[in-house]
Amino acid sequence: MRIKLLKLAHARSGDKGDTANVGLIALREAFYPLLARVVTAERVKEHFRGLVKGGVERFELPNLGALNFLLHESLGGGGTLSLMTDAQGKTFSTALLRMEIDVSDEEARSLGVEIPNG
Amino acid sequence: MSRPKETIRIACGQGFWGDMLDAPVRQVREGPIDYLMLDYLAEVTMSIMQKQRARDPQAGYARDFVPLMREILPDCVGRRIRVTANAGGVNPKGCAEAVRDVARELGLAGKLKIGTVSGDDIMGRLDELLERGVELRNMDTGAPLSEVRERVQSANAYLGAWPIVEALNQGAQVVITGRSTDTGLTLGPMIHEFGWDETDWDRLAAGTVAGHIIECGAQSTGGNCQYDWQNIPDLADVGFPIVEARPDGTFVVTKHEGTGGRVNLPSVKEQLVYEMGDPKAYITPDCVADFTSIRLEDAGADRVLVYGVRGTPATEFLKVSISYAAGFKAVGTLVYAWPDAYAKARAADQILRARLDRLGLKFEQVLTEFVGANATHGPLAGEPGGDAPEVQLRIGVRGEDRKSIERFTKEIAPLILTGPPAVTGFAGGRPKVEEVVAYWPALIPKTEIESSVEVTEV
Repeated sequence: MRIKLLKLAHARSGDKGDTANVGLIALREAFYPLLARVVTAERVKEHFRGLVKGGVERFELPNLGALNFLLHESLGGGGTLSLMTDAQGKTFSTALLRMEIDVSDEEARSLGVEIPNG
Repeated sequence: MSRPKETIRIACGQGFWGDMLDAPVRQVREGPIDYLMLDYLAEVTMSIMQKQRARDPQAGYARDFVPLMREILPDCVGRRIRVTANAGGVNPKGCAEAVRDVARELGLAGKLKIGTVSGDDIMGRLDELLERGVELRNMDTGAPLSEVRERVQSANAYLGAWPIVEALNQGAQVVITGRSTDTGLTLGPMIHEFGWDETDWDRLAAGTVAGHIIECGAQSTGGNCQYDWQNIPDLADVGFPIVEARPDGTFVVTKHEGTGGRVNLPSVKEQLVYEMGDPKAYITPDCVADFTSIRLEDAGADRVLVYGVRGTPATEFLKVSISYAAGFKAVGTLVYAWPDAYAKARAADQILRARLDRLGLKFEQVLTEFVGANATHGPLAGEPGGDAPEVQLRIGVRGEDRKSIERFTKEIAPLILTGPPAVTGFAGGRPKVEEVVAYWPALIPKTEIESSVEVTEV
């Protein structure tokens, strides 16, 4: 089954110059290993195609059940140079939560994820 | 010497310059606190203040701070609440003088001391530094500062907690700094109260993490919180964050009883990851904090315990925040209504761009967004489905040539009578041309910066 990250995590994003950061936090501790396994820097780079021009770095914070992503060259120059509505990358958080990942029914059941339509 | 207190309560009253005006007043009046910290400085703020000071030597600091002090200073003096604020901008002494005048008018002469921290402002030393080979290269691009030297508008090193500690040690009730780190405003009081050593990296890191959690105001107490946002109680009456710090470096994040919002594990986690880089190396002038060491524990309603924080030695450098003039920009908007709102907005964008081309205007950047369709998530949002009730066309331009930007601002209104139909939203008049002040982050050896602390009786 395919699950949106929105069902597995919450997030907050911010900026440092032309780099946006997105902190992805597991809604439940049990979801963290799944997120750490599936939501790789490569997946995130692919997901943000067209919005992020530079590379993507990933850092792990198992203590918070969280992953931190740095999305380089993503804010139209950043700070005051940017013409974007979201020059500070504040909404990149939910943009990441749009991502859909494949989870086996068995794993979904063992994690207690709600399975859509039964 | 008196025994260190068991706990101290440090309250955040301001997450940025422009935050809720009554938040610091409520922090002082609605429950017990020992310290009030106020963060006023964003990266661009310094250049605005530098310009204000160029026009008026008495100006160049956060003016809002003075009326706030008029309101809360009697309470602070009466209840021995001490204030740490980076409201001084590029003129901490001017700010301190204004607060001193207010204190005297309030009849508080002889009842408090005001401390100022300066030495962060290196604007007047730039040429000397560059001549001596301190290149102040851009941390992001590697370019030397000489490339934009003549356009620099402000240059400040970020000072840490220690000058604030010095001012508190000398008895200052109000400490006014220029460009100090947000975290130093919280860490300083802890060092002062608990007598932490300057190589006690774990505790310094703990105080730094505490500072990070409260420095953005209500962002740790339920504001801008993704987790269960629909059920966060009474944000209209949101309480700002407070840390209850202990000598061992553990602390509880909380807020005043009876206020709105919520402090729980998700609200604190969201703030911890805000503006995070490499979590193992959160670098401040005071230490390097390891965010992967942080442990959180639910400690009851609106209370989160933080412990286990590890730190490593501070680096040999201070970050420098330099601002420089980088041309001009303007943003124009129009709103298109149903039917075919998105198609009309797109057509209008094409027409406008063709006219800008015909006029021969040159820009470094032109950006079109369709608010209601893709302004925040861009291509990730997909093509808008259905027939949207309305879409806002938002087009921005940026460049070095002010005349081109000005000409652009005169091409928006004509679209109403010369473009696609059912368009409105131009009541505000022509877009304003804005001067772009860009930010140049650099490092400077600590040995180049000498902070100075002055504490005087009112």
